[in-house]
Amino acid sequence: METGTSRVKRGMAEMQKGGVIMDVMNAEQAKVAEAAGATAVMALERVPSDIRAAGGVARMADPTVLEEVMKVVSIPVMAKARIGHFVEAKVLEALGADYIDESEVLTPADEVFHIDKRDFTVPFVCGAKDLGEALRRIQEGASMMRTKGEPGTGNIVEAVRHMRLIMGQLRKVQGLSKDELYAEAKNLGVNYDLLLGVHETGKLPVVNFAAGGVATPSDAALMMHLGADGVFVGSGIFKSDNPEKFARAIVEATTHYQDYKLIAEVSKNLGAPMKGIEISKLDPSQRMQDRGW
Amino acid sequence: MIHPSGCRIAAGNQRMKKIGVLALQGAVAEHMRSIAAAGGEPVAVKQTEQLDELDGLIIPGGESTTIGKLMRKYGFMEAIREFAAQGKPLFGTCAGLIVLAKRIEGQEEAHLGLMDMTVARNAFGRQRESFETDLPVKGIEDPVRAVFIRAPLIKEVSPEVDVLSVYKDEIVTARQGHLLVSSYHPELTDDYRLHAYFLKMAEEAAENR
Repeated sequence: METGTSRVKRGMAEMQKGGVIMDVMNAEQAKVAEAAGATAVMALERVPSDIRAAGGVARMADPTVLEEVMKVVSIPVMAKARIGHFVEAKVLEALGADYIDESEVLTPADEVFHIDKRDFTVPFVCGAKDLGEALRRIQEGASMMRTKGEPGTGNIVEAVRHMRLIMGQLRKVQGLSKDELYAEAKNLGVNYDLLLGVHETGKLPVVNFAAGGVATPSDAALMMHLGADGVFVGSGIFKSDNPEKFARAIVEATTHYQDYKLIAEVSKNLGAPMKGIEISKLDPSQRMQDRGW
Repeated sequence: MIHPSGCRIAAGNQRMKKIGVLALQGAVAEHMRSIAAAGGEPVAVKQTEQLDELDGLIIPGGESTTIGKLMRKYGFMEAIREFAAQGKPLFGTCAGLIVLAKRIEGQEEAHLGLMDMTVARNAFGRQRESFETDLPVKGIEDPVRAVFIRAPLIKEVSPEVDVLSVYKDEIVTARQGHLLVSSYHPELTDDYRLHAYFLKMAEEAAENR
């Protein structure tokens, strides 16, 4: 009997496929998310848009938030640790979090080293803007990836950019000849064997979700079309006018992303989505996607 | 669809069996790959109308609350009960096992409620307690590699249910006529024997129809 094997950790993410993982800040929101059909929740003290608004250093949530949420839902509960902050991650593991997000939404604790994620029984999800970044995180032991997008903006443009780039790079690597892979491994800053696997399958070896700016059911469906295995929705749900309805609509649009009549139906009378931020208006120091390497 | 062996049809000169994988949420692609490798023709099922052409249906792992909700919303509860009533086989893994069970501990409402057993969700604990192990299964020669992820357990079965394997005294694989369940994920390994077992159930069911 073995726990924490790569199959067990990656397999847990496989079970999330086609699903929506929702940010929640308390037990009540967690129940709404579960009732709406979320496949997991991310327990946070503040959603990304509030983190933006508050400024200052954003850290791991108070453990009581995680405990409260774990008590009321039967679906998996995820939690965020700062980039490089392996003690926050160990604390989350000790608390029983089902998945840890080493997240650029929080203020990085280390500007050079990410967490050695192989050193944990609990699996990790990490963000990436491109294939090299995704493979570097997988090399460190990440069992699930997501686009970084630009969290808390309600603007899908960055998640689209990252997903398009990753999918395009996957196709490119698949088309390289074997001897070209060595130079590409050097370009991407990743190990050759990992890249060889990508070359042979044309896919990342782990599940890849969309995250960072999903604000409407159509946004979620768009990301599924672009190759996402599922969707994280952060500020989008509980910053909308009618979270319950909104959450259900996003779940259905993700499952039936090719059924446009259905997406039209679930998009009716949803009320206002979160307000959103134009990316070019964002001060460079406020760009969360530039955290990590 | 061509089997890796190059055979276009299954043994006995029958038409290759079409096995659906309920594709509302969860590990759909893995089951499709395993069915193809075991010699069947996999179909991703998103609409109830697709059930008519199938010889068997897999309800995959995922989140049972999500899958159950989407099944209700899109008319799959009635459609799959009807499918099962025709004697067509169903295979539920992990969340799929929960969906098939008549009774779920701590929950008032079952989902499909077809298989006469009581199940407990997340019976091993949280994700850090998830594990893999070698598991002997009745009817399969050598142990299978069983991957348990926040897995459910079968706490109680009626006499009609055949227990195919136990892990630490708890039931983890079972069959009741044309219904097969496992609390673990055979689709996450390269061992296709449980899928082959299910394909055989589909072939036998087709002969008896």
